[in-house]
Amino acid sequence: MRMRPSLTGKSPPALGRRPLSLLLRLLVTAAAVVTALIVLFVAGYIVINGARRLRPSLFALKYTSENVSMTPAIIGTLAMTALALALAAPLGIFSAVYLAEYARRGSRLVKTMRLAAETLAGIPSIVYGLFGALLFNRLWGYSLLAGAATLAIMLLPLIMRTAEEALLAVPDMYREGGFGLGAGRLRVVFAITLPAAAPGILAGIILAVGRAVGETAALIFTSGTSPELPRSIFSSVRTLSVHMYALWNEGLYGDEAYATAFVLLVITAALNALSGIVSGRFRGGGDG
Amino acid sequence: MGKIDIENLNLYYGEFHALRGVSLSAPERGITALIGPSGCGKSSLLKTVNRLNDLSEGCRVEGRVLLDGEDVYGGGMDIYTLRRRVGMVFQKPNPFPMSIYDNVAFGPRSHGVRARSVLDGIVEESLRRAVIWDEVKDRLAGSALRLSGGQQQRLCIARALAVRPETLLMDEPTSALDPISTAKIEELASELKKAYTIIIVTHNMQQAARVSDRTAFFLLGEVVELGDTSRIFTAPRDKRTEDYITGRFG
Repeated sequence: MRMRPSLTGKSPPALGRRPLSLLLRLLVTAAAVVTALIVLFVAGYIVINGARRLRPSLFALKYTSENVSMTPAIIGTLAMTALALALAAPLGIFSAVYLAEYARRGSRLVKTMRLAAETLAGIPSIVYGLFGALLFNRLWGYSLLAGAATLAIMLLPLIMRTAEEALLAVPDMYREGGFGLGAGRLRVVFAITLPAAAPGILAGIILAVGRAVGETAALIFTSGTSPELPRSIFSSVRTLSVHMYALWNEGLYGDEAYATAFVLLVITAALNALSGIVSGRFRGGGDG
Repeated sequence: MGKIDIENLNLYYGEFHALRGVSLSAPERGITALIGPSGCGKSSLLKTVNRLNDLSEGCRVEGRVLLDGEDVYGGGMDIYTLRRRVGMVFQKPNPFPMSIYDNVAFGPRSHGVRARSVLDGIVEESLRRAVIWDEVKDRLAGSALRLSGGQQQRLCIARALAVRPETLLMDEPTSALDPISTAKIEELASELKKAYTIIIVTHNMQQAARVSDRTAFFLLGEVVELGDTSRIFTAPRDKRTEDYITGRFG
């Protein structure tokens, strides 16, 4: 087809914009490539420097200053995460059930709670650490429990918001169907909407686990940095992230810190993958 | 007196006056069709009978809705019992995201039936009545969401029948279905009316003419005309009814 000649003698607009759109395309592609490279570089750096410094003795049951084993910290991480979730998950999920199923939609209370949750989610973790130190440490000293309680407060808004979103995504026609059969609200919630929302809620909990595993500042303030295996929930304990910070801070154990970083990276990557799989099933409509 | 009698019913959603002085009576073991253009309050009327409207914000009801002569909005009526007695089938098939068996068993379980043998019996009987048993009997544990649209709707009818209701409210039950599934549902409705009182909302004139005994024509929240279906479709008394059923508007 012959191009329509323009009055100014320049090329027509469609053609005139092409160099610009080409440039834009180049820029966004470059941005994506640079981002990917940065991530790959960081991950690769940790893998290369961390994996080769892993030795079996780093997984010994006991920590000594000759062999700074990370096993107590791995166990501490698991215990800390489990305890924090045990505190935060029921409270967060039930708050979400209240907001999504019981409270009047769009009421002032619902809006206020959402705003509060979003604000809480944005507060730097060290502030929570200070709060936990002032409140929970007075009660329980540097301990697993004080750390977990502080972590729970941090995870609560995250769990509540994701669970609420998951519940709101359940179509109202399920609720109408349940009520239409003469079921009470409790039954509709527990037999229909909660199971239907479960994959989304689970994805939120996995995100929360990721956050708990990565938390450092708030825990240094509250659970302390004891490298020993915890004897009870009132023992001071360190998580992997805190372990890494402590090793690096002492200036003697750079290699071991790298090895710990590698282990942390593997755990975090595994959690993200798991979260992706779970939420993928969620978006798939849950007809499996 | 019918099975369901509606007397001078006014329904408001906030400021919006959705139903205006509606009176109608649905005879026992018969099908009453509600026809009329979209947004004229037919579905709202259905949800008033089983009080599903209670869930809507700012909904207010004046007048009386009688089930066997008892006001469903009266103090003596337990809402859960009411909804067990008045089953509902929705416009869009809405099986729960669980197995076929659990869908049908949901209602009885909600009303306290626990014994597996009793539930088994109820599930089979309900699925048979909804004429879907032969299609699903080998996959009762399979997800209800894997059924076709028409099968899902018959499953929803089975689910409604499982609580042994006395009446069935059907809100455009075939509007999302293909002609073959529609024919099956209509056949089923004609069969069910031997045991149940049915009120069906439909946009499909032929459907109302085919399946119903009584027809009420709604316009802007009011009943324009109410009578035997054969009379409404052959000799409408109101000009607006005639215009609507002959396709001149709506």
